[in-house]
Amino acid sequence: MAGPKYPGFDTLALHAGQSPDPATGSRAVPIYQTAAYVFRDTEHAASLFNMERAGHVYSRISNPTVAVLEERVAALEGGVGAVATASGQAALHLAIATLMDAGSHIVASTALYGGSHNLLAYTLGRFGIETTFVSPRDPENFRRALKGNTRLLFGETLGNPGLDVLDIPAVAAIAHEAKLPLLVDSTFTTPYLMQPFALGADLLYHSATKFLGGHGVAIAGVLVDSGRFDWEASGKFATLTAPYQGFHDMDFEEESGTRAFLLRARREGLRDFGACMAPMTAFQILQGIETLHLRMPRHVESTRRIIAFLEKHSAVEKVIYPELPSHPDYELCRKLLPKGAGAVFSFEIKGGRPAGRAFIEALRVFSHLANVGDAKSLVIHPATTTHYRMSDADLKRAGITAGTVRLSIGLEDPQDLIIDLERALKAAVK
Amino acid sequence: MNFKVEGKPVFAYTADHELAPKKPTLVFVHGAGLDHSVFALQSRYFGYHGWNVLALDLPGHGRSAGPPIPSIEALADWVLEVLKHVKIQKPGVIGHSMGSLIALEYAARHAAERIALIGTAYPMKVSEAFLEAARNNQHAAFDMETIWGHAPQVPLGGNPNPGMWMYGDTLARLHRLAPGVLYNDLKACNDYSGGLESAAKVRCPALFILGRRDVMTPPKASQSLSQALKNSRTVTLESSGHSLMAEAPDATLDALTEFFPREADL
Repeated sequence: MAGPKYPGFDTLALHAGQSPDPATGSRAVPIYQTAAYVFRDTEHAASLFNMERAGHVYSRISNPTVAVLEERVAALEGGVGAVATASGQAALHLAIATLMDAGSHIVASTALYGGSHNLLAYTLGRFGIETTFVSPRDPENFRRALKGNTRLLFGETLGNPGLDVLDIPAVAAIAHEAKLPLLVDSTFTTPYLMQPFALGADLLYHSATKFLGGHGVAIAGVLVDSGRFDWEASGKFATLTAPYQGFHDMDFEEESGTRAFLLRARREGLRDFGACMAPMTAFQILQGIETLHLRMPRHVESTRRIIAFLEKHSAVEKVIYPELPSHPDYELCRKLLPKGAGAVFSFEIKGGRPAGRAFIEALRVFSHLANVGDAKSLVIHPATTTHYRMSDADLKRAGITAGTVRLSIGLEDPQDLIIDLERALKAAVK
Repeated sequence: MNFKVEGKPVFAYTADHELAPKKPTLVFVHGAGLDHSVFALQSRYFGYHGWNVLALDLPGHGRSAGPPIPSIEALADWVLEVLKHVKIQKPGVIGHSMGSLIALEYAARHAAERIALIGTAYPMKVSEAFLEAARNNQHAAFDMETIWGHAPQVPLGGNPNPGMWMYGDTLARLHRLAPGVLYNDLKACNDYSGGLESAAKVRCPALFILGRRDVMTPPKASQSLSQALKNSRTVTLESSGHSLMAEAPDATLDALTEFFPREADL
């Protein structure tokens, strides 16, 4: 007897989280542009405030449009639920603030987005949360960095800037042996290319500004919980397993089991830190997600064509992409990312900073800006922008060179992109 | 609250309140492979409206130690042992799915004020494929429980609980189970054969709360039971499937609050 089937990814991308609006029949997700919601009566109000009934009170805590996005991303990731945030950075901060207090420690990959590195290396230290950074290339590095006060292991599914593939099954096993959760930034891979929970991760987040939205019109983040980490059994997470004076001595794990992390993230994190998502933003990100399953294969296919072009070009020193046998994570990529290694990659142009500058100036289709994951192709030269104060030696320590160029391949005709790159490379070697 | 029954750790959610001898008591009994938190909203409501609440984790589920108990009859007697330990007599008992059979059997064997049977059926037969998958601890058993355990529109519709995905929640609970627990529960449901005789012994009023779109225990599958009970009535929730407390939390609570007298009426 064939068992029942879950809806496919493409169907969930279009439908999960929303049925036609019961009041109007609206097929599209309505934008509930409201700050607050009218209570039926005083008892209904009290029940909502005391979490005896489901519903919305104030849009900083929850909003019907935002809830559609949260449920949809949770469905695509196979999570128990999600909390949408004002940005990807807000999602990372919310995860950390929900799990730990001052005096805690994080073990994080060195291969991180610069903003995440700043938060962990500089800002959180002021609040008593320290981070040890380890190379993700050897998962055992995570184990070696564990301390008694470690509360989280963290990495990116595809790390910056060298596209290190995080060995999620291995790092998750190390985390779970230590009764700790693994959080991953899944922005570069999206649930279309990789579902980290199926590989063992416990928590994940996206900068939804990138591929989930795909249009580059909204700053957004979303934090998702697998619901499978047993906080009570771990014994290391008082924020989830001890009475919380900020909500009538609620023990979140006792109250809601699989939903404990998200309950605290919403009821404390959104309530007190306030980095919530606006309903219009949720609507915009939802428009992107509805075509995620169509866009990502095209992103990957165009990326492969462009990489094949660059690899053969005499002005190119090296292309860094995990699908290439020259990449140290080639085998791991084949195992964990069979649908493709995304559409963001780096290459090294011969001639250092002057060549990089000339290359950027000569591009016509690629947009020179600090973002990735847009439908439009993007380019940045770190040595003259994000890392311009760094010496060549410092750049090397960061895993880049004076000639490193990062591309985010969009959805234009790939032949036009190749023509654009060819023209710019010619200008660079003049 | 944590305590021991027959030497084994037991957990019961009490909605942040101490049990008070003068208050009436409601016992919540969860279904196969689940735990007390499936009643999170409803049990919290009653706990804050004048009731003692005991939302149990059955042995081998949630925070209660195993092994799981293999029959509905033995589970009903275990509930009595719990109530003896906390010195509660004649509670109202609210059971969902497997828990509804436990509530029924409890009321047949022991004194109950009222019983509410949510998402119930008799006989509660489980397909051989489902049992076999659970016996072998295959993920397919989790999939069957998850998909059949909700109305067909659930994966595509909105969750009343903002930001949550009901399928993911059920799967996460099942992933936390020790091997064999789901099979134990399904087999207990499948093997339970004394339902009609037990129903005939029940003296207290009974409420059925059923989901029109329940594919696991469809409403018609509870008819023999409702006929065998002397004093019962039925509330059918039109859009809900088997997971009524999550799919229709307010309607389920409204049905329960109407059936169990309110704080002001006590």
